[in-house]
Amino acid sequence: MTKLIVILLSAVFINNYVLSRFLGICPFLGVSKKLDSATGMSLAVIFVMMIATAVTFPIQIYLLVPNHLEYLQTIVFILVIAALVQLVEIVLKRYIPALHKSLGVYLPLITTNCAVLGVTILNIDEGYTFLEAMVNSLGSGLGFFLAMVMFSGVRSKIEGADIPESFKGLPVTLIAASITSLSFLGFGGVIENMFPV
Amino acid sequence: MNKLQNFSKGLIKENPVLVLVLGTCPTLATSTSVLNAVGMGAAATVVLLCSNIVISALRKIIPDKVRIPCYIVLIAGFVTMVQMLVKAFAPALDQSLGIYLPLIVVNCIILGRAEMFANKNTVLDSAIDALGMGAGFTLALVMMATIREVFGNGTFLGFEIPILVDNKISILTMAPGGFFVFGILIALINKFGKHKPKKKDFGCAGCPQAAACGRADCGGCADNKEAEVSAS
Repeated sequence: MTKLIVILLSAVFINNYVLSRFLGICPFLGVSKKLDSATGMSLAVIFVMMIATAVTFPIQIYLLVPNHLEYLQTIVFILVIAALVQLVEIVLKRYIPALHKSLGVYLPLITTNCAVLGVTILNIDEGYTFLEAMVNSLGSGLGFFLAMVMFSGVRSKIEGADIPESFKGLPVTLIAASITSLSFLGFGGVIENMFPV
Repeated sequence: MNKLQNFSKGLIKENPVLVLVLGTCPTLATSTSVLNAVGMGAAATVVLLCSNIVISALRKIIPDKVRIPCYIVLIAGFVTMVQMLVKAFAPALDQSLGIYLPLIVVNCIILGRAEMFANKNTVLDSAIDALGMGAGFTLALVMMATIREVFGNGTFLGFEIPILVDNKISILTMAPGGFFVFGILIALINKFGKHKPKKKDFGCAGCPQAAACGRADCGGCADNKEAEVSAS
């Protein structure tokens, strides 16, 4: 149980996908302008990460490894994720239209989001069990959510600031991201000390 | 457009990282040392070259409706090949690039070039475009990596630089430094670039994922309409 908590917390704070692993930077910079779109995008990412892990993990363990096809991992995973996202979109549209309305816009964007492919591959690389892999995906998704929501707050402050012409737009956003990421460095070592193994 | 211009546009005028702002994830993650940057740049260039050639050769055969999945399969195939080659011949590089090697599949530059260039142009032009874009990607990576390695670690390609090695700014090699250096570089290009910098809205025009998104023609994602209005 302690191990699960450690995995969850370190995925959210220490190895934050956006701010310390640099996965999913495109949506982080692109969709974080407003709080509601940032929330929508990150909920969709959490959702897809969990489902993608639930599907790709058994595929790796029961299909690829016994048949010595590990080298097909990249192709199989990206195809599974792409197909899954399409499927989820169709299912949501048909059965839960309200949810589709709020998450639907972001779903197609997620196929090419490196955070989702990244989490499925990292789960395998780290040698997690199925439960640990699911917890890690949840933590990674929550970490993405946290970074997006925090950063959309930061960006709304930048909007009104008076900044040099050449820094307007992307450069100032990146520098704000740098400072946000600096604040996450402070979490280093905290989790290890809270749960000494 | 002649062949030389076609090549050189990727280096400066349409540099995929610094001007088009594509492929930010690998740029930030692998620019901690010059060696990693060169390795990542080379791997991505090989994949880009192969995928551009094949996609352009098949551009009349691949049906329009399923082109994005086709591209993804082709790209994933080439990435797997590069991955196996790197594992076999440069295991140290494989260790240091880690997860970012398979993630070339979702690198926006490669899918973006397939969609924007290779499916409209001849094989030769696509190959030249791929080489130019790959070189531009590598150039930007090496620029960032040089700054981060020299000042953050006091070394260049592993060789120690006398005074700097005792006065490291180690934060530059960590995550915040990546964002910071990238921001400063883009600001410098905005300031000293010859052409007037286009205002970067994050609408579909500036969105690296527009190629795969499929919502570009119906208003794009969420807030881009308001963003454009407020930008203008």
